[in-house]
Amino acid sequence: MQAVHKYLGARPRLTLVLLAALLVILPFVVGAGLGNSWVRVLDFVLLYVLLALGLNIVVGYAGLLDLGYIAFYALGAYLYAWLASPHFGLHLPFWAVLPLGAALAGMFGVLLGAPTLRLRGDYLAIVTLGFGEIIRIFMNNLNAPFNLTNGPQGMNLIDPVSIGGVSLGRSLRVFGFTLPSTYLYYYLFLAATLLVIVIAMRLQDSRIGRAWAALREDEVAAAAMGINTRNVKLLAFAMGATFGGLAGGLFAAFQGFISPESFNLWESILVLCMIVLGGMGNIPGVILGAVLLTVIPEALRYLGDLQRATLGHVVVDPADLRMLLFGVALVAMMLFRPAGLLPSRQRKREFSAQDGVAEQEQADLYDARA
Amino acid sequence: MADLLVVTNVTKRFGGLAALDDVSLSVGEGEIYGLIGPNGAGKTTLFNCMTGLYSVTSGQVLLSGAAVQGLKPHQIVTRGFARTFQNIRLFANMTALENVMVGRHARTRAGVLGAVIRGARTRAEEAAIHDKARELMDYVGLKNKGRGLAGHLPYGDQRRLEIARALATEPRLLALDEPVAGMNPIERRQMGELFLKLRAGGVTLLLIEHDVKLVMGLCDRVAVLDYGRKIAEGEPESVRKDPAVIAAYLGGEAA
Repeated sequence: MQAVHKYLGARPRLTLVLLAALLVILPFVVGAGLGNSWVRVLDFVLLYVLLALGLNIVVGYAGLLDLGYIAFYALGAYLYAWLASPHFGLHLPFWAVLPLGAALAGMFGVLLGAPTLRLRGDYLAIVTLGFGEIIRIFMNNLNAPFNLTNGPQGMNLIDPVSIGGVSLGRSLRVFGFTLPSTYLYYYLFLAATLLVIVIAMRLQDSRIGRAWAALREDEVAAAAMGINTRNVKLLAFAMGATFGGLAGGLFAAFQGFISPESFNLWESILVLCMIVLGGMGNIPGVILGAVLLTVIPEALRYLGDLQRATLGHVVVDPADLRMLLFGVALVAMMLFRPAGLLPSRQRKREFSAQDGVAEQEQADLYDARA
Repeated sequence: MADLLVVTNVTKRFGGLAALDDVSLSVGEGEIYGLIGPNGAGKTTLFNCMTGLYSVTSGQVLLSGAAVQGLKPHQIVTRGFARTFQNIRLFANMTALENVMVGRHARTRAGVLGAVIRGARTRAEEAAIHDKARELMDYVGLKNKGRGLAGHLPYGDQRRLEIARALATEPRLLALDEPVAGMNPIERRQMGELFLKLRAGGVTLLLIEHDVKLVMGLCDRVAVLDYGRKIAEGEPESVRKDPAVIAAYLGGEAA
């Protein structure tokens, strides 16, 4: 293992080619080995990677704790459903709807950011949590007086993504191969994920990324360095929300059905756990976190079958077990790897600093109206 | 000498407490101006009022003739007025060089699109930010210390780094809040040399300092604050002999 790591570390180009090849054949390997349902899981892994990368901008880069992130996912999904389903009889193409959904979510990101500019930490978390719930409750209740969301029944028959007349919602036959819908979506989601990774990486290593890091470190000093803290915060909210909205649109097209159920508080917390577990602020870490926390719960389902096969009945419900293991994993992580599985350079230092990075009193100095 | 900074009748109240009471002073272009006074006299409060971290209760702050009170900190920085902090406020978990690079924010432009597309202009700007930050590290005497974590630098170097970071914003007026606090005599002398070099480079300095020797040796003029009021202003020698100043420092009834 060590030798392989060393060999590839010295050959970044070869690593990239191997990684690309692996990503291309992954659905075939998974599909052949574990069945088509696991390719579907793979699709969800990519959606959660997208979400986690988006939230990472807000929480990991700019240090703004957002517990209502799933609301942006919901907005992207609902906009897709409104513009591409029989609900309003509109069937716009995906390339028009996805950017609109991302833009709508981005706009709401600013709307959420604006009133919370002066809040930090716990207080910001509570307000964003409320925002997430408000959006969900709206979606749940906006079936009267005017039926906008179809309420708790959700919206159905959403158009699949269709590229050049080829619908990704059906199997595709090419050169004698049959590619099921889940495979096709895998490649679409992969493309979106790669795009978002590149954007996130470039943002991090830029003037804007440094401004976010400065904001996270010390808001007062950041302002004293000429950073417009209001704009930079709003930008972080908007960028994060945009990615969430994009993921939401993809989710709606993929599922063909959305309901407020899918956008509850638990989902927000799950995405946050992904970035905390993986390593806040570090893209590979965030991806790892998203992969683990999507795949492990799915794998745990087998424990139910296993119990039935060996004990004759289910003793511990896998869903309960999932929560239990989740808790154990997070506690263990806090004890042994507090900065995450793959921490960012900064986080690693922060948590390992022996001479205790001086605690900086922030709160009361900045009374200029933000 | 043209006045770069003019503070007129500035009052700052925190509830019933007047931390600053009708303070006026003016700093000329190219001066090293000292601000001294006992602990709690309101020196840092005045800094915070001037740099936009506090809003003044009443009064006016003019920078090159234009009012800056009511502006936000980042706007005041952009107008050429930078500062350091008494309790060092570096971005402790960024590298020393990155700290200085953040200081270039106000003087650079690249936005989200520029960052994502990373065209020739953005790359050139990034390279320039990098070079300028390097140059400033050298200037303040932190050559080759850019890669380490800012929070892990020795105390004196952290003070220097804060100055480099402030200089990155290209200030005409630099306000330093106790820049030599906690330093030994040799470090203090080196810092004094740095201040003279800064002034020679065209930066006007406003200095809060407790080290009377340093202040008397460096400053062209000095103002003394006590209980939020200015009790004396003038050349260091005359201020030192001022009975009100002696009373403020040694206690007792003001003569």
